[in-house]
Formats: sequence, C-alpha cells, structure tokens
Amino acid sequence: MAKVEQKTIPLNGDNAVALAVKQCDVDVVAAYPITPQTIIVEKFSEYVADGEVETAFVCVESEHSAMTCCITASATGARTFTATASAGLALMHEMLGVASGCRAPIVMSVVNRALSAPINIHCDHSDAMCERDIGWIQIYAENSQEAYDSTIQAFRIAEALDVTLPTMVGLDGFVLSHTLENVTVLPDEVVKQFVGIRQIPMVTNHEGKLVPFKLDPANPLTIGPLDLQDYYFEHKRQQEESMRKALDVIKKVHDEYAELSGRNYGNGLVEAYRLEDAEIAAVCMGSTAGTVKTVVDELRANGIKAGLLRMRAFRPLPVEDIISNLSGKKVVAVMDRACSFGGNGGPLFHEIRHAVYDLPDKPKLVNYIYGLGGRDIQPYMIDGIYKELQKAIETGEIEKTVQFIGVRE
Amino acid sequence: MSTQKKGWKEIPLGGACWMSSTEYKTGDWRSYKPVWNAEKCIRCMLCHIYCPEGAIKHDTETNNMVYNFDFCKGCGICANECPAQAIEMVQEGKE
Amino acid sequence: MSEWKFTNKEFAQTEEKFLSGHRACAGCGPAIALRLVMKAARGPIIATNSTGCMEVISTIYPYTAWKIPWIHTAFETAAANAAGIESALKILRKKGRIPDEHVDVVAFSGDGGTFDIGFQGLSGAVERGHDFLYVLYDNEAYMNTGIQRSGGTPHGAWTTTSPAGSVVPGKAEFKKPLADIMVAHNMPYVATASISHWKDMVTKARKGMEVNGPAFLHSFAPCPRGWRSATGKSVEIARLAVETCVFPLWEAEYGKYKLSAPSKTIALKPEKKKPVDVYLKTQGRFRHLFKPENKHVLEEIQNEVDRRWQKLLKDCEMS
Repeated sequence: MAKVEQKTIPLNGDNAVALAVKQCDVDVVAAYPITPQTIIVEKFSEYVADGEVETAFVCVESEHSAMTCCITASATGARTFTATASAGLALMHEMLGVASGCRAPIVMSVVNRALSAPINIHCDHSDAMCERDIGWIQIYAENSQEAYDSTIQAFRIAEALDVTLPTMVGLDGFVLSHTLENVTVLPDEVVKQFVGIRQIPMVTNHEGKLVPFKLDPANPLTIGPLDLQDYYFEHKRQQEESMRKALDVIKKVHDEYAELSGRNYGNGLVEAYRLEDAEIAAVCMGSTAGTVKTVVDELRANGIKAGLLRMRAFRPLPVEDIISNLSGKKVVAVMDRACSFGGNGGPLFHEIRHAVYDLPDKPKLVNYIYGLGGRDIQPYMIDGIYKELQKAIETGEIEKTVQFIGVRE
Repeated sequence: MSTQKKGWKEIPLGGACWMSSTEYKTGDWRSYKPVWNAEKCIRCMLCHIYCPEGAIKHDTETNNMVYNFDFCKGCGICANECPAQAIEMVQEGKE
Repeated sequence: MSEWKFTNKEFAQTEEKFLSGHRACAGCGPAIALRLVMKAARGPIIATNSTGCMEVISTIYPYTAWKIPWIHTAFETAAANAAGIESALKILRKKGRIPDEHVDVVAFSGDGGTFDIGFQGLSGAVERGHDFLYVLYDNEAYMNTGIQRSGGTPHGAWTTTSPAGSVVPGKAEFKKPLADIMVAHNMPYVATASISHWKDMVTKARKGMEVNGPAFLHSFAPCPRGWRSATGKSVEIARLAVETCVFPLWEAEYGKYKLSAPSKTIALKPEKKKPVDVYLKTQGRFRHLFKPENKHVLEEIQNEVDRRWQKLLKDCEMS
C-alpha cells in the first residue's frame, strides 16, 4: 500500500532518469552525450538552465573525463551522477576501476547499447557486460518506471557505509530510453528525504587522525596511492567484501522504497514471475522480461506451467536467490542479450550455470543469445523457446546448449 | 617488534594513506654528505630553496642552516649552487 | 605577475607541504619544482597528480609526502581531476555544505601526462574555464616508466624509444610548443618557469593560484637519471637552458606575451645568449651529437632554438 501521494506522467526512460536525478539533490553531474543517453543530459541541462536544480553540470570533453570528474568530485564530498552507453562506457573503462578502487559512490545510468564495430546505436547488453568484474554494482531495469525508481535507490545503495561503491543502473537503449510510458513519480520532498545527505565513511589519515574519507583542507587525506605487491591484494579484498554486503543493502533499500511508493520488484535482487510451481522457466534481464511475462501469461492461460526469473541485480550476483528460485526446475532457458565471444555462451548463462552448479537437483540450462544490436525479440520467438524447453523435458535431452535466436543463418 | 603487515580488515578504506613520508628515512641513500661552513655562509637561503628533499632548514634563532641527515640523499645541488662555496661534498664516513 | 613580495629568509620560513621522505632520485628537478610550488601556496589547497614520477615517489602506500589533501586517479587525468574537485568545491560552497572559503586547486603532471595522453583533458578543462593551476613539470620524457620519448622530448635527444642509432641519431621530431598552444586557448594565464630561477617560478605559481580561472605553468625540471647528467647539476642545467634560450621564460595573459626578466636581459643584450652546445654538453643524452657525423643535428637544434626565440621576441613585441 503506497504511503505517499504520487502523480503519473508520460515519460520516456531517459526523461524518467533525468527527473530522478533532479529530485536526488545531486551536486555534480559530469557527462558526455552519446546516443541513446543524450536525452538524459539534455533534459538535465534544461533543469540547470532554468535554475530547477542546484547542481554543477560539467560538459566534459569525453566520457573518460566524465568519469574522472565524477571520481574527484565525489572524493571532494559531492554526490555525483553521470550517464553513458556503449562506446562511452568502453572509453570510461579504465576509470570505472578507479572509481571502484577509490570507493566513489557514483551513480551512473547506462542506456544499454551495442558495442562497436560495426557501430550500432541500438540495444543490447554488451556494454555493461564488459564491466562485470570492475567492481561496480549493476542493476537492470525492466521498464522506465523501474529505471526511475532504481536511479533513486541507487544513491542510497552506493552511499551506504557498508557499501561505498559506484552503482550503474541499466535501461535498454531506445526500447526504454526513447519510448513513452506512464511513470508514477514521487513528490520532490519525499525523494529528497529518502536519499538524504550523503554519508561519508571515516578513515585514519597520515597524521593519525580519524577523518572523513574526502578531500578537505581541514582534514588532509591522500587518496589514490601507489600500491606495491604488499597491499594491493588487501585493498581488493576490501572491495569484494563491500560488494557482498551490497546484497543485503540492495534488498533493504528496495523494501524501504517499496513502502513509500507501493512498487516492488521481487525482493530487490531478483523478481520471480509465476515461478514457484513452474516446470519450465526462463532467466533474463532488462526490457525483454516484460515480453517474456506476456508469453508466460499466455502459456499459463493454456495450462502450461511457465515462469520467469528476472535478474534485477547482476552485480553483486544474487547466488542464493538464483539457487532458491531455480532449484527443482527441470529445464531453464537463460536469455542473453550479449555474447561472450569464444566463451561458449553468453555472460548471464555463465553466471547462472555457475550459481546452480552445486545443486544436487540443478536444472538443465540452455542458452539463447538474442537481440544483439537491437534485433527485435518477439513473443512468438519466446514462445518457441518455451516449446523447446518442453521438448527437452519430454526427451530428457538438450539438443544444443548454446543457441542464437533471431539471427539469419 | 612486529614486522607483520596489516590485513585487509585493519587498513583504512579505499587506499587512504596512513603514514607520513617523514617516517621513511632516505638518508641512507647517500654516498656523499654535504658539510656546511658557518663562517663562509652568507645566509642566502639558496641551499634550503634548491634542496629537492627539503632537508636543509634555516634556524631563525641560531641563524644557522640545519641539515636533516635523515633525508639528505647527497645529490650535491646545495654545494653546486652555494654562491659562497660554503658547502663541500665529502664522501660519507670520511667527513 | 603576482604582487606577493618576500625576502629569501621569509621564503625559507614558508611551510613545507611536500614533505621529506619522498622517494625521488637524488637531484630530482621535478621534486624541486613541486616543493617550491607548494611553498608558494597561499591558503587552503587541494592538489592532484597524474600518474608519473611525482605521483609514484610521493605516495607509496601507506606513506604519503602530501601534507595537504591530494588525489591521484590515472595518467591522463590531472586536469580532469582538478575540474572535478573545483566543480565540487564551488557547488558545495554554494549549497552551504562546506565552509565558505576559497580553496586553491593545483594539478601536477609530467610532460607525458600533459603533452601527450593528458592533452585532451587539459584542453577541455581550460576551455570550460575551471579555476585551477596546472603545473607541468617537464623532464622531457616518460621518465617514470624508464625514459621513453614524449611530445616534449627535444630534437636529437636520446631516449629508449628514440635511441641514438647509426641511422637515426636520437629523436627526429622537435619539441611540441605546448605553452604556445595553451596561449592559443586565450586563457587567463600561461607562464614558463625554470627551477633555476626559483623566485620567478614561485611568483608565477602564486599568480597562477590567484588568477580566477585556469592557469598553466610550464616548469622546466631536469632529470639527472634520464638526461644522464650529474645529480648536483640539475639546477645549473636548468639555468643554462634559460641562458641559451632553449627554454626562455615568459608569461602570457589572455594571449598577450611578456618576457620575464631573465630572458628579457638576453633580449636586450643578445651577446648574452649562449650557444646551445654549452647546454647540450652537460647531458649524456646529447653526447652522440658531438660525433662528427651528427654535426647537422646540432645545427638543426641551434636553428630551431633561434627560430623559436625570434618568434617569441616578435610575440613579446621586442624584435
């Protein structure tokens, strides 16, 4: 039951994100335009130009500098945000690792778009999948509503003292970013109160004082040193620990927000759709989940026990939730909107397979790589996937473990 | 004295440095040592100014140039720049 | 120039903000530049470095030689670092989240992180008009990674990636006129400085901090290790660079050039200009140029020094 009164307005995904950022009392936005993220920065520029936000908007000269400015602005104590996609994310790659290592709780909107070459401006998950191991929290939105909600939650997740890690919220390029949807938005004051003032952890500095982890002449600190073989490993272990703690934080923030808004997305980490008694199931992320849900409903109407596990959080990987939701399922299709070249399947497939490996009754997994470069994934294709899963149950065999669906042979 | 280095649970978050470089003595890098002559010195301060280590200070009470041999690396810039030839580089151990 | 006046004795009492115990080589020119610029600080200050010699030697974890707040992120990011810090300070002050007092932002970077990989970020930060001072400590090669050539390496110099071979005697290209490129940005303040002319350098550093907007200080800082020169001669070599007009001293405010005293003296009395040989002979990286078969390179160097000097005089309206 929603606690606060909200209004519903038509917004495309990019505008929804821009609105969320506007409401979150962000101090610095440093961004560089790239399709299909451009509307976010354009909209935000309008807010700045009209004095609707108190934010320093830095029109940097590249995505690499965008992330750099966010890191040092964050280190100076500012709440920071940026947005990018595809090649822009790839250009930032070096700095993504620095952001995580410097424990900068930056929030970034990634409007998921295919990587070059050839250059393609449409949706797939290859951009964010390349950043799996870099130390960023990754959340994937199914629709623009969730993109709005998750962007707000992201500031709380990133800034939680147990976490203090940068967080990216993915929304599918063009499919969500440029498509109009009815989005229910919270009032400004409610969002402002929800995100609160940024908390900064305390650390011991070189004068032996306990000081806030930020650049402040009153409390000097050195951030970003050279680690030799004797300390790097320990710093990385710290990052991993915070990533693990993020699992709980994501759930708690999600639940707190759900109370305010009346909207929840599973338990915050994963969303199980008609999954409990399902015999055949699919796993996927992003906007395709919406299409899959439609197909699941149709199948269910015809008496077929189909279900879906939507991964909302990809990093940290919610292993327990994957296990508890897929345990006992006979055959599961893992749908990947990215391909790990030469890796015998897509990245989500690898992760799910590894998560269920130790289960005595682990499901058989089939990988379907789809939708690269914005190739449409349609209900009949997903229906076809479920039919193959049914066949696999009957025959007891998987014909082909890794498949490409929607590509012309 | 324990030479065990700190574990990941003990060190500050995010790589913040927790020791001053002044605790790391670079004086043992030296092969040559500057020897200062108080009478020749004209107190121009150039040795203090040019020292890459900041190892030479002017003591305003005694009006002497004070050398911190914990940090002097023996580069010889002070001796080379001194306009009064008041500094001589002597081999370490033979001064 | 800044109005800051001080005697040597007064300067000697300024606070050391770049502390002893750093791991720079004995006789390091850049360490002198950094130490002096930090002594020129006028109040609260936040510094940032790009990856490079000065970053590495000053922050080997868990030690730090920075008494003041400092951050390092990557190699090409000194200017972008400063832009982020400055943007945050401005907005947080406006929002009343931090005390309402001015904090100087100073970025330090070597020639590697400035001429080459960091140039884009520098140009972008200057174009956006951030209020910061960028100090380039120029030791004319990528010294931290083992003396590889940069866009700032002079013609004829030996480096590991422009070695003095039998076919190609050292770096074929000429030094990128970076300070002039920065002047072309029409930015508030650009200056060249040398560790040898310390008072000129610190006054310019202070001026750069005082300027409201971006300031660029190109500091000439010899590296005995990479230049194959005596550790005790770093300051003397820097002085020769000025006296031979290899590295003249000047400043430019919004594109208007002005010669600084040490170079102005030479402009007014051309007989004081020393031939480049005097400077080149002090360094092993130029030793191969004194072989008879490489005489033409010496001439090329002298000609280019003269050409740039004449151009500078013209820009300063002193020709």
